[in-house]
Amino acid sequence: MSGFRLKTGGLIDRSQTRTFTFDSKKMSGFAGDTLASALLANGQSLFGRSFKYHRPRGLMSVGSEEPNALVTLARDGVQEPNARATMVEIFDGLKATSQNRWPSLSFDLLSANQLAGPMLQAGFYYKTFMGPTRKAWRFYEPLIRRAAGLGKAAQKPDPDRYEKINSFADILIVGGGIAGLTAALKAAEKNARVVLVDEHAEFGGYHRGDPREADTIADLLVRLKSLDNVSMLPRTTCFGQYDGGTYGLVERVSGHNREAMQFAPCERYHVLRARHAIYATGAIERPLVFPGNDRPGVMLADAVRAYALRYGVSAGRDVVLFTSHDGAYKQLSTLQDMGVPIRAIVDTRTAISDIAMAQVAATGLQLITGHTVTQIHGHHRIKRISIAPFDPYTSAVNGKERAFECDCLGISGGWTPSIHLTSQMGGAPEWDETLHTVLPGASNGSWSVCGSVAGYFDREDSVQSAEQTAEQVLRKLSLSRARKALAQPERKDVLNVGPVWSIKGAVGNAFVDFQHDVTADDILLAHQEGFLSVEHLKRYTTLGMGTDQGKLSNINGLALMAEARGLEIPKVGTTRFRPPYTPVSFGSLVADARGSHWRPTRRTALHSWHLDAGAEMIDAGLWKRPRVYKRGDEDLEQAYIREARTTRQSVGIVDVSTLGKIAVQGPDAAGFLDQVYSNAFAKLAVGKARYGLMLREDGIVYDDGTAWRLSETEFLVTTTTAQAAAVLEHLELYLAVHWPDLKVHVTSVTDQWAGASVAGPKARAMLSSAMPSIDFDNDAFPFMAIRHGKTAQGIPVMLCRLSFSGELAYEVFTPSRYGLAVWEELQAAGKPMDLVTYGMEALGTLRIEKGHVVSSELNGLTTAEMVGLGGMASQKKPYIGSGMTDRTAFQDERRHQLVGLVSKSDASVLTGSHLVRSPVLTTPCLSLGHVTSATYSPAREKYVALALLEKGRDLIGRELYATFPLKGHHVAVEVVDPCFFDKDGERMHG
Amino acid sequence: MLILCPNCGDRDLSEFSYVGDATVQRPNPPEARPEDWQSFVYHRQNPRGPHRELWQHNGGCRLILEVTRNTLTHEIVGTKVAGPQRAGSGT
Ligand SMILES: [Zn+2]
Repeated sequence: MSGFRLKTGGLIDRSQTRTFTFDSKKMSGFAGDTLASALLANGQSLFGRSFKYHRPRGLMSVGSEEPNALVTLARDGVQEPNARATMVEIFDGLKATSQNRWPSLSFDLLSANQLAGPMLQAGFYYKTFMGPTRKAWRFYEPLIRRAAGLGKAAQKPDPDRYEKINSFADILIVGGGIAGLTAALKAAEKNARVVLVDEHAEFGGYHRGDPREADTIADLLVRLKSLDNVSMLPRTTCFGQYDGGTYGLVERVSGHNREAMQFAPCERYHVLRARHAIYATGAIERPLVFPGNDRPGVMLADAVRAYALRYGVSAGRDVVLFTSHDGAYKQLSTLQDMGVPIRAIVDTRTAISDIAMAQVAATGLQLITGHTVTQIHGHHRIKRISIAPFDPYTSAVNGKERAFECDCLGISGGWTPSIHLTSQMGGAPEWDETLHTVLPGASNGSWSVCGSVAGYFDREDSVQSAEQTAEQVLRKLSLSRARKALAQPERKDVLNVGPVWSIKGAVGNAFVDFQHDVTADDILLAHQEGFLSVEHLKRYTTLGMGTDQGKLSNINGLALMAEARGLEIPKVGTTRFRPPYTPVSFGSLVADARGSHWRPTRRTALHSWHLDAGAEMIDAGLWKRPRVYKRGDEDLEQAYIREARTTRQSVGIVDVSTLGKIAVQGPDAAGFLDQVYSNAFAKLAVGKARYGLMLREDGIVYDDGTAWRLSETEFLVTTTTAQAAAVLEHLELYLAVHWPDLKVHVTSVTDQWAGASVAGPKARAMLSSAMPSIDFDNDAFPFMAIRHGKTAQGIPVMLCRLSFSGELAYEVFTPSRYGLAVWEELQAAGKPMDLVTYGMEALGTLRIEKGHVVSSELNGLTTAEMVGLGGMASQKKPYIGSGMTDRTAFQDERRHQLVGLVSKSDASVLTGSHLVRSPVLTTPCLSLGHVTSATYSPAREKYVALALLEKGRDLIGRELYATFPLKGHHVAVEVVDPCFFDKDGERMHG
Repeated sequence: MLILCPNCGDRDLSEFSYVGDATVQRPNPPEARPEDWQSFVYHRQNPRGPHRELWQHNGGCRLILEVTRNTLTHEIVGTKVAGPQRAGSGT
C-alpha cells in the first residue's frame, strides 16, 4: 500500500498541522485525522504483526472493528497498549509504537513462526501441552508468551484521572448515523429525554464525509443541538446492556486532547438507566476469505471509500476492488473525481445489477466478473495479485491464473449488522436467507433496532425505519398519542450478495480471524477433529476471541463450519456476544475508587494517640489498629514479647474500640438472646455480663462475644471486630422473618463507644487511682460485673470486669467523644505502675496462651465441641443451630479437635503448617491437622501454637511435626492442652 | 438493576444484599424433626422463573424485603416487606 493525501476532500482541517511519532519516526497529519488516516497519508503500509505467526499486517478497516492496526500509546511515562489506530485522534506530541514485533516492525525475528505455520494450527496448545507432555508447558510457556501476544501493559500506576457518573434517560440511542440522528430527533421533539451516543468523534455514521449527505447531517445536528432534552455524546461507546435497563457507556473526554487533560478526566464512565434503547449501530463490512487476504495493502473496500471521503486520503496508488455484491460499486465516480486511482473491479459473480453496471460505465474502469483473487504477491506490501476465473455455483477456481498489477486491494463479501448489543440481552441472532447475513433476533422488550443493523441497507428505508421505530417506542413509553403506527418498510435486497465463503482450488493461508491468526484450514481441521458446535469451534481455534471479538470474522467462520458440515448456516447456530462491545479500560470502570478511596477507612477515637506513640498500624477489616509499639531498635517479635510480658508482670492497656457493639433493646430482649446464643441468657442478672457463643443454623460456630445486661430490657452485645456487620444482619433477619412477634430492636453502637481493656496484676490499683469513686474491691466489683461511674476528671465511663488475656482485667467504655480524654487519664494513672500499651500482636499472644479461639479457629468448619466449647451448647433450650448439633457427621471421631502445640526446639511454628508424623520433610504425606495460630509465649518461654488436630485430645503428650513445605519449615512439636497458662484462672478471678 | 424498597423507593442493586430464600419456613423447634432442619438448612428448589427471595436494604433503611425475581430474565416482579405484615408499624 502506498497511500497518499488527496488534494481535496475529507473532514480534516488542512490549515492545522499536527505532528506525532510512530516508532520514533516523526510524521505529520491534520486536525481531524486519526492515527490510521495520518499514517496511511504518510505512505505507511505496515501497521503491526499478527498474534501467533508475526505476519506483517496492514490497515484493514476505518472503525472500531480494526483487528490489525493496534498500537501502544506512550504518554507521560505511561503506556496504553492495544489502542486501535483507527480510533485514535492525533494531536501534537502523540507517541505511538507498533506492537508484537522484535526487534523492529519491518524486521521481525519471530516471524519465523509463520514458516512453522502448521505447527501452530488449531488446538496446538491442547495437543502439545496436555497429557503426558504437560510438563513441557512449564519450559515453553515463557517463550510462547513472548512470541504470541498483544501490547504490554504499563508497569506503573495510571496517572490519569477517570470519573464515573450515574445518568438517566427515557430513550438511549446508540449510533449517530442518519438513522440514529433521525430517531433521536423524532423522540426529542416529543419531549423524551434522549441520550445519543456515537463511538466516533463526529456524528454521521456511515455517511460521515459523504458530500451528498453533508447538508442532511448538518441539519439534523443543528435541530438536535437546539433541544435541551437531548444529550449528545460523541466519542462515547455503549459497551454493554445490563439488567433492568442499565447501560454501560464510556466517554473519551480528553485522551485525544492534551491541553484539556489538565482539567478534564481522561475518560468518563456513565452508568445510564434508560426506559428503552434504540440501537442504530449500523453494519460492519465482511472480508472475503482467500489466500493472502491478510497481506498489508488488503483492506475493506468501504475503508478505501471512507479514507478518501472522511480524511482525504487515497489508500493506494493503484487500487483494485474485489467483491461479491453491489455495495462496493457505490460512489466510484466520486472517488475517481477526488483522485483515488481505482483501476478495476474483480467480482466473483458472473452477472451484476444494472445499477452497478451503470456505475462502472460512468467511470470507465475495468470490470472483471466471474473471477476471484487467488493469491497476493509481496510480503510487506502488495506487488501484484493473481486472479483466475471462478464458478460461483461450485465456489471453485475454474480457469488459469493471471497476474494483475496493483498496490491496494479493497475487499468486500457483504455487510454484517452490528448485533452485539442486541445479542447481549437475549436476542439470539437470526439468519436471513435473502440478505445472506444475520439480523437481530427478537427483543426482550427493552430495545428496538433501526437502520442497517435492522437489515435496511437502502438509505430511504433506513430513515423510514428510524422514524417508525422512534414512534413505536414513544407510544410504548406513553410519550406519543399517535393512533396510527407507521409501517416498517419492507427489507429490500439492495446489495445482491452472491455469497462466497471459500475459494476452492486456491492454495495458501486464507485468514478468517486476522487478529488471532485463524485460517480457513484451521476451521476445517477443527471440523475433522470433531469440534462441530460453534461454541467448541470458537474455543478450539480461538476464532473471535481477540480484542476485536471477531467483528470481522464471526460470520465467515460460521459459514465455513456450515459448509464443512454440509448444513445450512442457521442450522450451525451462532455464538453470543458478551460485553464489552470494544475493550474498556479498567481505569474508567474503577474511576475514583482507587487507593484510599477504594473502600472506607475506619479509625478509632484513639487513632492519633497511637500514631504519636509510634504504633505500627495494621488493617483489621476496614479498621486501622496498632500492631506493636516498637521501642528503640526492637523488631516486631521483640516488641510484642515485651508488651505481653509486661502486661502479665504489671499492667497493660489496649484499644478495643473496634469490637462490634449492638444495642439489643425491648421487652423480649432476654428471650431473644436466649435463642440467639447457644448458652443460657434468660436469667442473666441486671448489671452482669456473660460470654456467649452463636452458632449458625447448620450447627457450626458463627461468632462469640459478650452480652452485658444493662437493664431488664436492655443488653449491650459485643461481637468480634470482623463479624460486627454480619452479626447485626443475622439478628435483623431473625427478628424480621423468623420471630416477628418478638418486641426487640437491634442497633449498631460500635462507633458510639470507645473502649480500652486494662489487664494485669496491677489493673485494680491502676483503675482505683484513675476512678476513685468506683470500688474495685473483689467483692464489690466481682468477675463479670458491670459498673457505671466517673473518672477522676468526671468523665462518664462504663466498666465490665472481663478478661481475654487471662489476667485480672476490666473493659472501660466511654462515649467516643471522650475516648481520647479517658485513655490519657488511664495512661497517666498507669505511669507509676509500669503500664505498657500493647497492640494486636501481643493481644494475640495473650489469648493464644489462654487457648481462646478467634476467627482463625472459628473458620466456618468448626463446631463448639471441636474447639472445646461443647459445654456452652445448652441441652435445655432450643437456639439457632440446636436443630443440627446432634447430626451424625458432627459425631465423627475424625473431626479435628483444638489442641496446643509447644515447639521442641528454638524454632517457631508457622501458622498454616500441617501436622504430620514424619520426622523429615517429605511430600506428599498424610496431614493430621493444621496450625491455626502461633506465637512466642513469654509465659512458657517457648514458641507455641494452637492447632486443629484429628483425635487431638487423645494425642496430648505425643510428638508430631509441624510442616510447611513451601517454606521448607519442619519443626518437632509436643501436643498439649490448648490452655498454656493459668488453667484454673486464678489470676483473672483474683 | 433497581429494587423497589417500600421505604426508600427504587434503589440500586448495590445498596442491597441477598439474605436468603423466602420460600423456606424455619421449623418450630419443639416439634421439628431432624429432617425438617435438614430441609430448612440445605434443600432449595432453584426454580426457573419467578422466585421469592429475601433482600436487605442494608445500604439504606435496613428493611428486609421479600423480592419476587424471575431467575430466567432477572426481572423483579414485586417487592414487599418480609415476614408477616404487622399492623400500624409506625417505626
Ligand atoms: Zn430502604
